[in-house]
Amino acid sequence: MSEVLVLVDHVDGAVKKPTYELLTIAARLGEPSAVYIGGAEKADAVAGAVSRYGAQKVYVVDDAEIKGYLVAPKAEALQQLVERTSPAAVLLPSSLEGKEVAARLAIKIESGLITDAVDVRAGDGGPVTTQSVFAGSYSVTAKVTRGTPIITVKPNSAAPEEAEGAATVEPVTVTVSDAAKGAQIVASQPRQASGRPELTEAAIVVSGGRGTGGDFQGVEGLADALGAAVGASRAAVDSGWKPHTFQVGQTGKTVSPQLYVANGISGAIQHRAGMQTSKTIVAVNKDDEAPIFELVDFGVVGDLHAVLPAATEQINARK
Amino acid sequence: MNIVVCVKHVPDSTADRHFEDDLTVDRVGVDGLLSELDEYAVEQALQLKEKAGDDTTVTALCVGPEKAVDAVRKALQMGVDKGVLVSDEAIAGSDYIATSLVLAKAVEKIGAESRVDLVMCGMASTDAAGSVVPAMLAERLGLPQVTMASVVEAQGDQVRIKRDGDAATEVVGATMPLVMSVTDQSGEARYPSFKGIMAAKKKPMATYSLADLGVDPGQVGLSVAWTVVEDATARPPRSAGEIVKDEDGSGATALTEFLAAKKFI
Repeated sequence: MSEVLVLVDHVDGAVKKPTYELLTIAARLGEPSAVYIGGAEKADAVAGAVSRYGAQKVYVVDDAEIKGYLVAPKAEALQQLVERTSPAAVLLPSSLEGKEVAARLAIKIESGLITDAVDVRAGDGGPVTTQSVFAGSYSVTAKVTRGTPIITVKPNSAAPEEAEGAATVEPVTVTVSDAAKGAQIVASQPRQASGRPELTEAAIVVSGGRGTGGDFQGVEGLADALGAAVGASRAAVDSGWKPHTFQVGQTGKTVSPQLYVANGISGAIQHRAGMQTSKTIVAVNKDDEAPIFELVDFGVVGDLHAVLPAATEQINARK
Repeated sequence: MNIVVCVKHVPDSTADRHFEDDLTVDRVGVDGLLSELDEYAVEQALQLKEKAGDDTTVTALCVGPEKAVDAVRKALQMGVDKGVLVSDEAIAGSDYIATSLVLAKAVEKIGAESRVDLVMCGMASTDAAGSVVPAMLAERLGLPQVTMASVVEAQGDQVRIKRDGDAATEVVGATMPLVMSVTDQSGEARYPSFKGIMAAKKKPMATYSLADLGVDPGQVGLSVAWTVVEDATARPPRSAGEIVKDEDGSGATALTEFLAAKKFI
């Protein structure tokens, strides 16, 4: 069986959940191999983590020489690994970086690229992907017809399945061109940990919009009662109530959780594009004509400042 | 400075967007416009020109069918100096790969007389929304990329941008020439003024075919795309769920019951 390369999504060696989803998908297509580009001292920890999700090999590219450069060196590293292993496919997370690494890789190895897949399965002649397009109003299946399929997959597209993998560590030496070192990170401020799950990876997302009037206490209280991430609409972000990293929508994050709770959000197309594929949608809004109610499985017409604290109290009482 | 801004003509996202029989996006039968997210790139290009206060030239570059000229026209009205439309029947149905090839060749042509220092793009198109063309363009042109900028600064040939990365807020530095993309956080895009609309009519506007760019038509278009769409189906509209009106706390109780029944509690 051919290998399927999975680019490990991690922060300083701490493996993130989308990696396990990618390994689970990779197992449908071939033999999962993890590609870890990071500090060599964390390689064993990474191998331990990915071995639980079926990784047979872990290619370790020490990033001492390339840390701090954007995208291009990682694309060169993957190119050299693809040439060496002739994989059946390359899977990357649909993150900012994942998509751009994939883009450069596609040109380098002259292979087709599919972005933002929400499902990938094996098909005759290669992987078949599903994408959700036009703000979630269409579902498209596609496949790569040339070269090694390169696919970026959205978070929450598969439930990670535990499977034992050998996770044999193979250090890889790659040569990185000077041209790939053109864009350098000169300062970096890690996102402050909120103690809540990450927005794009969370199983439940509770969001607030214009209707909060800037008071997110009710939204955050409900989020914490449900163990959810907190999101915001563009209106709330533009008003300065939440930073842009909280924004759900076309120009923010796209989320696809099990449960999405929209509070004081009208449901404009810009917002819908970011949450319409959520499995269950709930809304609380004062305006019974808000378009968000066309999408919901359950809706409450009412004042979120009254409904959310009361619901939070009841939920906490049941736990 | 010589700046090229890539602008895409897209189906209006509030219109009834759909696919043609060959599973390409219908770009002719639906109202189109300059992709909203590209307006931010036009704005930043114009601001860089204004700050430089020199003879900086900003060219709007578009690849698309004839009617896509509207996107270029909008950019001209906003204040860019020149427009270029690459239009050729053979391009229809092109994927990211072929689109980036045509854009790269057009940038090379625009830069034949004087080097293009900066290629600017929006963070994504509002139709395909892939966000990969800037990186592909950088790869094809052999340039660095600084993408998803929320703040843009240029000093001579040095560029610094701020971006909300996947795990951190970063400042990225690079030297021109380079490819940049900017987000909708970079600053409100200006509206064309009446003066701008009138002035746009007299600005230079060039239309190129693939032959003008030296691109073999056999390298682009639907039939040679490196990906193929097998099926596109409209998602069934979500069936309207249960809506309750909150009266004296009944809404909170109903909401809690619903979440419990669905096992979210």
